[in-house]
Amino acid sequence: MSETTTHIPEEKARIGAPSIPGFTEEGEDLSPINDNGGSPLAGASTKAHSHGGGVGVPDSSRAGRPTSTNVDDFAKLTGREEDWRFTPLKRLKGLHTDELTGAAPKIELTGNDIAKLSVVAADDALNGVAHTPDDRVSANAWKYASETHVVTIPKNAEGAKATLRITGESLAAAAQHVIVVAEENSEATVVLDHVGSAVLAQNVEFDVQANARLTVISLQAWEDDAVHASSQQALVAAGASFKHIAVSFGGDLVRVNPSARFTGERAEIELYGLYFADAGQHLEHRLFVDHAVANCKSNVLYKGALQGKDAHTVWVGDVLIQKAAVGTDSYEANRNLVLTDGARADSVPNLEIETGLIDGAGHASTTGRFDDEHLFYLMARGIDEKTARRLVVRGFLNEIVQQIGDEALQERLTETIEEELAATSN
Amino acid sequence: MSTLEIKDLHVSIDTEQGEKEILKGVTLTIKTGETHAIMGPNGSGKSTLASTIAGHPRYNVTSGSITLDGEDVLEMSVDERAKAGLFLAMQYPVEVPGVTMTNFLRTAKTAIDGEAPKLRTWTKDVKEAMTKLKIDADFAQRNVNEGFSGGEKKRVEILQLELFKPKFAVLDETDSGLDVDALKVVSEGVNRAQAENEMGTLLITHYTRILRYIKPEFVHVFVDGKVAEEGGPELADRLEEEGYDRYLNVKA
Repeated sequence: MSETTTHIPEEKARIGAPSIPGFTEEGEDLSPINDNGGSPLAGASTKAHSHGGGVGVPDSSRAGRPTSTNVDDFAKLTGREEDWRFTPLKRLKGLHTDELTGAAPKIELTGNDIAKLSVVAADDALNGVAHTPDDRVSANAWKYASETHVVTIPKNAEGAKATLRITGESLAAAAQHVIVVAEENSEATVVLDHVGSAVLAQNVEFDVQANARLTVISLQAWEDDAVHASSQQALVAAGASFKHIAVSFGGDLVRVNPSARFTGERAEIELYGLYFADAGQHLEHRLFVDHAVANCKSNVLYKGALQGKDAHTVWVGDVLIQKAAVGTDSYEANRNLVLTDGARADSVPNLEIETGLIDGAGHASTTGRFDDEHLFYLMARGIDEKTARRLVVRGFLNEIVQQIGDEALQERLTETIEEELAATSN
Repeated sequence: MSTLEIKDLHVSIDTEQGEKEILKGVTLTIKTGETHAIMGPNGSGKSTLASTIAGHPRYNVTSGSITLDGEDVLEMSVDERAKAGLFLAMQYPVEVPGVTMTNFLRTAKTAIDGEAPKLRTWTKDVKEAMTKLKIDADFAQRNVNEGFSGGEKKRVEILQLELFKPKFAVLDETDSGLDVDALKVVSEGVNRAQAENEMGTLLITHYTRILRYIKPEFVHVFVDGKVAEEGGPELADRLEEEGYDRYLNVKA
């Protein structure tokens, strides 16, 4: 193998490092393998991506997925695309094909007085700071959203609490754009409370500025007929922390795609989720954590319960640790509990690592059944069937409920879980 | 004093080849304070008897009866049987996701007693019982049986036995998979429960070694779904020496 020898970088050859491609004295560095002129895993596609408008090789890396505010840059959906293969397009009610000219759900702000709500034009400079659509429905929403609601948490604000009650009042396909700006060094909890009936394509952007701490709870508490596709993207600056909790239990088809990108070091992203799918419901969560810079931390945990015929949940978790993101610490997990026959949980964790110089990276996925043996065990200890089911599901989902700092909201969720469980035994 | 009475019990299960009879007429009477050992080769129906007493849905009682102080046990749901004072220490305790031991023990105790235990004494009772069974304190925060070793699961079964204070306990091969030290700890737990609560015990086992620690007054040998022989502790000694061959040979 004399040819191999000639390819060893001079520096390595000089210090006598082993001639294994990709290994440095400090550990594994995958970039020499990957960065070979337009390779699908890194390089051009990644770079183009971070500024939007890039078209990479979609199926080989999460970073290569096309992004554009122009809906025509996305091919018409067939349902065979990697990011749509689990979604029943027929039930999207035209969000991917139609003009989204229906009335957007009404937005009302409640909470303390710290957060400010304003409405700006769809072409205002605030739009697109933290968000570039990365699928056709999101781009379609971008095209048709006629105005943008902006929640601003002022610089240095402490203890801001804002609830955006987003009430759907019609089933005409509609588009909506919401921006949350957490200014430097602010601390806030923002709840997006989706209720009523709607067919909605939605873009939500979170601009989490330096040292800000933003907690977002996106609650999908829709009526049974609602269809909701929400692309929620965050930029997380140096020293900031962003905690996003997606809670989905209402609606016919709900697809929430939270993604978060680090733009500065020492920042932290936590993505949590809780879902409860009943018969016939499709609840999908596709998330993306983009470690583009060094020394950041991310943690992802989604938990779901399913019951009834054709209850379907989809979880796809993409975590990308780019070449530059040395010192990254990252973990993602999805856990599903199937309560009855006939339900289906798809769970796909994807972890892409372009540098070995990290503190940690891991992923996990489990889907378990609550079966007759569990029930027998608990009942053999005197616990009646209803209580037994409750005990298991409540315990299982509680880990996420506990992440919600707000007591009233926690109570509401606990009640919802009880109601869902009451439906199980009927 | 209470009495658990099993009369001419026939039990079958559904298999792919159709219904299969496992118990072919079992009669047994156990009083509180007594210890009965049920021994027998694999497949003789010992565990089926245990699961049937507890009410596992897989087993169909085709005839015969089980009564507890005259009350029809077969008419009771699984949880009602537990509330009536029957306890099954399972051969393969299942892992229950999402439910901590603490939460589980308190919920079960509340269900069995019909009222919540007083928090302060309860916490103390649980701690003490765990210490005696050499169960690590951090198990209280772990999910029921999740990630427990075989021996740990068996200890946790006996922990429940001590805390729930049943009238009758059925121990389904509690000794299987235990090393000598664990076997001693578990046996001591059973003996404590019996001494403190006047419990009646139905000890199901394949091997005689647990009988060194838990002394039965009555021994019943199961062969092919029936009691083939009954006697006192001396019968167990004989089985230890001779094994089950002589019953199987008779059959052959």
